[in-house]
Amino acid sequence: MDSSNPCTTLQKDMRKYLLDLTVNSNERLNGNYILMKFTSEERLPDMLPGQFAEIRVDGSTTTFLRRPISIHFVDRATNELWFLIQLVGDGTRKLAELKKGDKLNVMLPLGNGFSMPTSAQEELLLVGGGVGTAPLLMLGAVLRNLGYAPTFLLGARSKKDLLQLDAFETYGQTFVTTEDATFGEKGFVTNHTILQQKKFDKIYTCGPTPMMKAVAAYAAKNGIDCEVSLENKMACGLGACLCCVTETQEGHKCVCSDGPVFNIKDLKWQI
Amino acid sequence: MADLTTNIGKLVMKNPVMTASGTFGYGEEFADFIDLSRLGGIIVKGTTLKRREGNPYPRMAETPSGMINAVGLQNKGVDYFVEHIYPRIKDTDTNILVNVSGSTIDDYVATAECINALDKIPAIELNISCPNVKEGGMAFGTSCTSAANVVAAVRKAYDKTLIVKLSPNVTNIAEIAKAVEDAGADSVSLINTLMGMAIDAEKRKPLISTITGGLSGACVKPIALRMVWQVAKAVKIPVVGLGGIMNATDAIEFFLAGASAIEIGTANFIDPTVTIKVIDGINDYLERHGFKSIRDIVGALETA
Repeated sequence: MDSSNPCTTLQKDMRKYLLDLTVNSNERLNGNYILMKFTSEERLPDMLPGQFAEIRVDGSTTTFLRRPISIHFVDRATNELWFLIQLVGDGTRKLAELKKGDKLNVMLPLGNGFSMPTSAQEELLLVGGGVGTAPLLMLGAVLRNLGYAPTFLLGARSKKDLLQLDAFETYGQTFVTTEDATFGEKGFVTNHTILQQKKFDKIYTCGPTPMMKAVAAYAAKNGIDCEVSLENKMACGLGACLCCVTETQEGHKCVCSDGPVFNIKDLKWQI
Repeated sequence: MADLTTNIGKLVMKNPVMTASGTFGYGEEFADFIDLSRLGGIIVKGTTLKRREGNPYPRMAETPSGMINAVGLQNKGVDYFVEHIYPRIKDTDTNILVNVSGSTIDDYVATAECINALDKIPAIELNISCPNVKEGGMAFGTSCTSAANVVAAVRKAYDKTLIVKLSPNVTNIAEIAKAVEDAGADSVSLINTLMGMAIDAEKRKPLISTITGGLSGACVKPIALRMVWQVAKAVKIPVVGLGGIMNATDAIEFFLAGASAIEIGTANFIDPTVTIKVIDGINDYLERHGFKSIRDIVGALETA
């Protein structure tokens, strides 16, 4: 796997594309998740960790709007874009039926991704929950390429909800919690002993909101810089409809175009 | 090429396809996907006298073939628009229209006056039909008297093309349209969103923070068509049709029902290039049926 270092690109200036990508593979993971890999005849556009795509699901009667999906990984060596998707409704089940050679219409790259560490930040913790771990793979790969040794802390309900562990381990030490103790330490990510053993300078997190709030509370209490990736319900994905807003210190901001990644100091979370 | 040029009052458009307010931002958001200069017009986000934060999240729920929104006119106010947004977008080679909203008649008038002073804004769309604000908005658009009062007041303060956006949440939309025409409107646009509701049965909670919101998307098209048909028969001023237009065929249906121009809204969220496809599709239809001009099919529905 090879991911380029995109960190010099200014995200606001990145051109957005509407593309018909071709399915290279569509693999079922642990029963209820799929890992989809797409390619294109053209070189895939530049994308940054934490950005997302709005995908159009054809042939689903209950899916009218596009669906925002995190960019899981971009493999420049094979010109592949990866999505990690949980099967929850009719739309995602339609995605699960796509086969090699099928097309998917995607709009990307959207939003602002994770910011790179400052020069004073060395120990980086990437905390993911469930399918929310998706964008952290690309982030971990980019950080690794920049010379960091990121630490992953991944939580899930049960072992069957842990995804892509081998891939994460390629880029950094990986710790795991499960709520039912079927793998790793029992409990939530914020209960993991690594948080007592090691001091981190920056935390990146993506997953269910209660988990991110608990991580944000831990970061705030310990004075650690922390970025969260939100996934509010959205329509346009471009900052036009103003449906997906979150409350910030500067009023309502669009998760799709001002986020999805926010620093917790800019949000009005009660933590 | 068929002749797609269209006039609405003094507004001259290269084609009859505009983008609906609140669905296309200020146009810039879509510039990576389409050539904005191909559009007949861009109607920018609803603008009010003072900054509005809009309603709390969640503001949107997907519904069968549509969506319900309750954004609540979030915008930074007309002064911010004049100072910061207008200079950025004024030289876009298409008509830029501003959707003007308010809580009181004085608000509407003051906002329209500010916009009147902008050289590159040839028209406004007066929003008397927003279902998502507590005061004003739709309240003005649901009675003939209040609709006429606000339109007459704005008419005095605004001398360019005045389009009035009508609410479908009324018993007789043709009567409202006539009242607005008599008060001096150059055109009416319809329909704004339909009041709707979405519920999460498992949680026994509403899906949006305001409980009710405005329904839009493909599902509203039959209602919009019926209302455009009724209004076009009742008034002499040109009608701008919108509501659930997803493709060129939908647009043609609105022209046949009596619309002189159309707006595309929710469809922009699904296909950011839909406007261009609709413009090209209208031309194809006209050529295929041997019409020289878009004007040849306005109200051309054969009912006998």
